Amino acid sequence: MNYEIKKMKTNMKNNLKENIMHAIFLIAALTSIIAVILICVFLFANGFPAIGKIGIFKFLLGKDWSPTDIPAVYGIAPMVLGSLYVTAGAILFGVPIGIITALFMARYCPNRLYKIIKPAFDLLAGIPSIVYGFFGLMVLVPITQNLFGGTGKSIFTASILLGIMILPTIISISEAAIRAVPESYYEGALGLGASHNHAAYSIVLPAARSGIFASVALGIGRAIGETMAVVMIAGNQARMPAGVFKGVRTLTANIVIEMGYAADLHREALIATGVVLFVFILLINLSFSLMKRRIVR
Amino acid sequence: MMKHAKIKMQMQRIQSQSVQLDSATGINAQNFSKTENMSHTTTQTTNINAQNSSKTENMSHTTTQTTDIIAQNSKTPLNFRNGDTTKHHAKSRPPFDIFLSIITYGAAGLTILALISIIGYIIIMGIPNLKPSLFSLTYTNDNVSIIPALITTIEMTLLSLVIAVPLGIFTAIYLTEYAKRGNKLVGLVRVTAETLSGIPSIVYGLFGMLFFVTTLGLGFSLIAGACTLSIMILPLIMRTTEEALISVPDSYREGSFGLGAGRLRTVFKIVLPAAIPGILSGIILAVGRIVGETAALIYTAGTATDIPMSVTDSARTLSIHMYVLSNEGIHTGEAYATALILLVMVIGINALAAFAAKKLTKI
Repeated sequence: MNYEIKKMKTNMKNNLKENIMHAIFLIAALTSIIAVILICVFLFANGFPAIGKIGIFKFLLGKDWSPTDIPAVYGIAPMVLGSLYVTAGAILFGVPIGIITALFMARYCPNRLYKIIKPAFDLLAGIPSIVYGFFGLMVLVPITQNLFGGTGKSIFTASILLGIMILPTIISISEAAIRAVPESYYEGALGLGASHNHAAYSIVLPAARSGIFASVALGIGRAIGETMAVVMIAGNQARMPAGVFKGVRTLTANIVIEMGYAADLHREALIATGVVLFVFILLINLSFSLMKRRIVR
Repeated sequence: MMKHAKIKMQMQRIQSQSVQLDSATGINAQNFSKTENMSHTTTQTTNINAQNSSKTENMSHTTTQTTDIIAQNSKTPLNFRNGDTTKHHAKSRPPFDIFLSIITYGAAGLTILALISIIGYIIIMGIPNLKPSLFSLTYTNDNVSIIPALITTIEMTLLSLVIAVPLGIFTAIYLTEYAKRGNKLVGLVRVTAETLSGIPSIVYGLFGMLFFVTTLGLGFSLIAGACTLSIMILPLIMRTTEEALISVPDSYREGSFGLGAGRLRTVFKIVLPAAIPGILSGIILAVGRIVGETAALIYTAGTATDIPMSVTDSARTLSIHMYVLSNEGIHTGEAYATALILLVMVIGINALAAFAAKKLTKI
């Protein structure tokens, strides 16, 4: 009798413990949802009033950003264009090299070399952006200055550096996509008389295209969101982009440079800049996850 | 044996056919150049035989039964033949094929060049600038010591991990061990985690400034920075833990349940210990991100130069220190040295993560 009561008690205790921990796990699982909601609420709540005060068209399409003028003018079109140009440049440099390198890793690379360069490319992903920026400032900027004149801090310089920075993202995801293509595609192509190059480029590569597009989308997200490296080498002039070898300011740079001393409407306008950036990123992520879903299917 | 002889004949026919094709159209030149390409990848010359036979296999559509015989056959007569034709036809590769080879090796070469030049440059310029004054305990405007920043980095890392690791692991446990199939919450958590991992660090910085610094009134402080960072690394820890938990065989769980253990005990005593290497590699990767992070910390942790005495003090991590140094442009030598130390730390951390991940695959 005594024994049974004891057993019941321990059972109840265990049940209680189970239920409490279950609740704790559930709450933990909710944190990421709460975090996303908080981020959206705080960014939008602080950014939208400024957009309303300035006027949405004046804010998004205004070609002049002069927060110190009286009256101050807040138009972020130069920064939107700056971000787009720099990102496009990064894609121009990074995507072809990244995809071909991924193909090299999956289809050309001897095993012994692969064992060395695979972790080396992972390392490229781990280098902090501030170190990339420093390298760009000390090496790429003087080189562009000597070759093309100007200050060397330009769309061109930023594009090259960002192109290098998105390489590891593109290589690792594209490589996985290329490896996922069934071996029979490649063998079939060879059997029909295609050369190794021909089979790799016109059969295997197109078959992996959805994964490769996903890697490009992710690369675009990284390039648009990149801050510190771009701040150091893009020049940061808040005016409409004037040429490939002229300086430019991105959305991210605008926030970092001016947030330190901004107040009132200026500060809110900077947060609104962040909102615009955030919306860009959400759209890119959405397209990325749509593409990923297609791969799974 | 009849079959054997038949196949032999067939093979000879194919070979003679292919030689004819060679001289006639040049299509087969590509075929053999493939063999040539492949032979680069292998070190032993005998392997060419096996590859050659697999090619023949493709062409003749033989069944698996017969491939064995071909493999046996190819040991002797094909070697001479193959070597001969490869040499002969390598010259007639179409220019476009050569072009493709060039851009492939060129692109891979460029990537490796970029990697080597960045790391090499930082190492070469950094080592001569490592001075003892850089490692003095207190920061002054002359020595721009990195020690306070280094200590801040360690504190910041530990604080962020204390917040993010339990949350990440518990979320992963809920997703893999507790949630039932078809649970709507699971999909929602995955989507939000994916969203979080795509948000750029400057947006985290803005959010941290608005929420932790201003709304919660924490000010520029270690704790505000750590809270911001912990949201940032949460998806990383969550995902790696989830993968590690999924890779634990179900037989472990079944065995544990069969012996009468409850769900909780199974998770903590059986599943989690088996998944530790994977979880660890995720945590180490997160440490790497924290150490390299700048944009999320400038407006949450601030740029004060002293060692923080409490979690509500403002302080700069090594990355922010690096940013300030290179922005000022006065202490270039020290900036090189700081970059070197930062790089070495991150490389070491990543190597550690790879080591832990390798241990995982052994299980």
